[in-house]
Amino acid sequence: MSGTLLEASNLHISFGGVTAADGIDLEVFNGERLAIIGPNGAGKTTFLNICTGYLTPSAGSVRFGRRDITAMAPRAITRMGIARAFQTPQLFHDQRVIDNLLLAAAARERTWNPFRPLQDLPERDEMLELLELFGLAEVSTQMINELPEGNRKLVDIAVALALRPQLLLMDEPTSGVSTLEKFRIMDLLVEALAVQGVTSVFVEHDMEVVKRYADRVAVWSAGHIQSVGPPDQVLADPSVMRDVIGI
Amino acid sequence: MDPILLLLATLDGIAYAALVFLVAVGLTLIFGVMRILNVAHGAFYAIGGYAAASLVLAISDADFSPWLSFPALLVAAAGVGAALGLVIERFLLRHIYAKEEVLQLLVTFAAFMILEDVQRLVWGVQPYSATDPVRLLGTVDVMGIPYNAYQIILLPVIAVMVLLGLRWFLRRTLSGKVITAVTEDRETAIAMGIDARKVFTVTFVIGAVLAALGGALASPTTAIQLGLGAEMIVLSFAVVATAGLGQVEGAALTALLIGLGRSFAVYLVPELDVLIPYMIMVLVLLFRPQGLFAVAEKRRI
Amino acid sequence: MRLVRYLPAVLVLVVAVLPLAVPWLKIVLTVALAKGLAVLGVVVLLRAGQVSFGHAMFFAASAYSAAFLMQGFAGADLAVLLLAGMVCSGTMGAVIGLFVVRYRYIFFGMLNLAFSMVLYALLEKMFHITGGSDGMAVGRPTYLGLELARTSFETALFYTSLGLAGAACWFVHRFLRSPLGEALSAIRTNETRLEYLGISARWILLIAYVLSAVLAGLGGSIIAVNQGVVTPDLGYWIRSGEFVFIAILGGAGHVLGAFAGALVYELVRFYAAAMAADVWQMILGFVLLGIILFASRGIVGLYRDLAAIAPGPRGHREPLR
Repeated sequence: MSGTLLEASNLHISFGGVTAADGIDLEVFNGERLAIIGPNGAGKTTFLNICTGYLTPSAGSVRFGRRDITAMAPRAITRMGIARAFQTPQLFHDQRVIDNLLLAAAARERTWNPFRPLQDLPERDEMLELLELFGLAEVSTQMINELPEGNRKLVDIAVALALRPQLLLMDEPTSGVSTLEKFRIMDLLVEALAVQGVTSVFVEHDMEVVKRYADRVAVWSAGHIQSVGPPDQVLADPSVMRDVIGI
Repeated sequence: MDPILLLLATLDGIAYAALVFLVAVGLTLIFGVMRILNVAHGAFYAIGGYAAASLVLAISDADFSPWLSFPALLVAAAGVGAALGLVIERFLLRHIYAKEEVLQLLVTFAAFMILEDVQRLVWGVQPYSATDPVRLLGTVDVMGIPYNAYQIILLPVIAVMVLLGLRWFLRRTLSGKVITAVTEDRETAIAMGIDARKVFTVTFVIGAVLAALGGALASPTTAIQLGLGAEMIVLSFAVVATAGLGQVEGAALTALLIGLGRSFAVYLVPELDVLIPYMIMVLVLLFRPQGLFAVAEKRRI
Repeated sequence: MRLVRYLPAVLVLVVAVLPLAVPWLKIVLTVALAKGLAVLGVVVLLRAGQVSFGHAMFFAASAYSAAFLMQGFAGADLAVLLLAGMVCSGTMGAVIGLFVVRYRYIFFGMLNLAFSMVLYALLEKMFHITGGSDGMAVGRPTYLGLELARTSFETALFYTSLGLAGAACWFVHRFLRSPLGEALSAIRTNETRLEYLGISARWILLIAYVLSAVLAGLGGSIIAVNQGVVTPDLGYWIRSGEFVFIAILGGAGHVLGAFAGALVYELVRFYAAAMAADVWQMILGFVLLGIILFASRGIVGLYRDLAAIAPGPRGHREPLR
């Protein structure tokens, strides 16, 4: 697998005087794991918001495969194969874990038979397998609001993967998780991505995680992409370390 | 269209807009600060009207100077608004600030149902009106047409005074600035040590007094009767929604727009006069879901 | 206490048999069932966290459609009236729904109220068509082609309503558990995620809105035939408030609660409203406040608590939610 899956060109957007993107060019290649790093408030999440249609850039375009998705609605983009996990998990908190995934499966397969219970969807086993992959099989019948935060983040990612996307965008998949847990979650995640053959982009703060799990890393600083490349190369640059981590 | 009819429709529209504005501005002020849509607001309007009409009638029965009816309108409005506002905020709303939005809406709806029967119990089913103030002010000539001064001068003047007064209060006085601060960013305002409870009480009472004032000022020209409250809450909601929730100046302009629209309809297509305000609202909301004067907000994700 | 578990089944049986013993109760119970259908419509929307203060408009619209049909084709069949009522309210629901499903909470509730006020005003004002506040008479339709005498028609209408209520309960129950229904309750909890699953919250809500309008419409047709007269009051805001009240009384968001609430409400009203006609709204208001502030799960909640206290077979306890 090679070639460009997603291509953002010359993105501009600002909020009340703060410029989050000032001419962003960024490509995502088929099959890779791209990390985006940068100081807080630099516009990394804004990038995910633009790629999924939640925000429309004031200039520039986003292409996914051959199509221009710049002004499309999030649900149209989702249906085309871009799924998203959030920094704060976005789940149906008074439904069970399995229901959250089954709803994603129903959306993917467009099974809207009003007489057939969600429980009886043929994708149920597939969803349980997906939960198994994340070590969540035991909590499948628990309510979302009974889960600890770390598990909720995993469910959030599992829900996104249940859509069987081509591209998965994640916003700090390991934030709010203990250092010990971090690598366990990332291992699970990387395996799940590999099983499904999903390309991924993740915004990340933890340089250890970036070094271990990213194929490429892009440094976002003050509305620009400061540098892009393999982690060991990019992170060795002292100016990157100064701008991103502040040393 | 006959120019005289045009003029009459305009005058009617302005007078009507003045009353609608008083109710709508209270509704929008309360929403801005408390994020609660007070369905009982229509009842404040109706009860203000009943109380004012009763007081004016009592003054004329007692053979006092009929000029006393003007202060009577104000006294009735202030009394009704303050009493109802305080009771409802203290004993009802205070318990639901942390509840779901649907439940807040249901609670004010329940208060509205209760107040509807309060009107029936106290004033019965016959319509009330007190025409003394209209008679006393006489008529003025508008391009050859006599029009009563109460509607063409007093009502608009009071509405403009309320608008200017509110602007001054919200921008220049300390209490007003505190209210504005809570409207714009409640979390920060509370973090800075503002006593939200006190702000809520004050705002709610001001809003209630304005609604009651609308009713009181309507009583000389409108028959106050059961069902008026429901009509008014829906109409003032239409004004507030069209303007954008929380917009004070916007409510004034929109009230004028809707008031004029309605009065032209009364002359042109009388069967459809009730429809016009809502058609305006639907049209505006189709193109600007957040209302004419509000800025759309997006949730952070 | 074990009996508590079978209470719903026993109640349905009692309701079905009662009119045989107490014939004059038929009309009251039919009214309760008709209102229950409209309340079920409100319950469907409550599942999405939305409350409509204007659902009586669909109730009134289909009641008037029955009146117009009977006026145009004397001796039309009940089945035709019910069907026409559902088509009428469903179409109206689709048109109004296209607009209101763009909004939530305050706007959703109040826009529904506004539309219902417009319909009410039109019904009152279009005197030459609708008979104004005096309303229109609705003749007795045939029943599946048969011309029935008054009492046997009332019996037939009652059992038809009971059957329709049962069918509606079953359908709504299935619907709420289907992917559509689960997506509907997801509107209440997280619309962002729904959008990011590729599901349009507006479409889901529109489907539910049309369903709820059809249910309210079915109730309206039954009321029209049962009363033999329709007036604009059927669409007044007080009626919409009543539906919301009963939905909350029965236990917000519960299918059987809609009918349990409607039965309790209608029976209490039948006996008490005459004594307290002037303060009826007030009583409703206070009960509504009481339920919201102190017992937010309504009659169904009370029943579940009872059932949970009563030890069932194998000591199983129903979990308290």
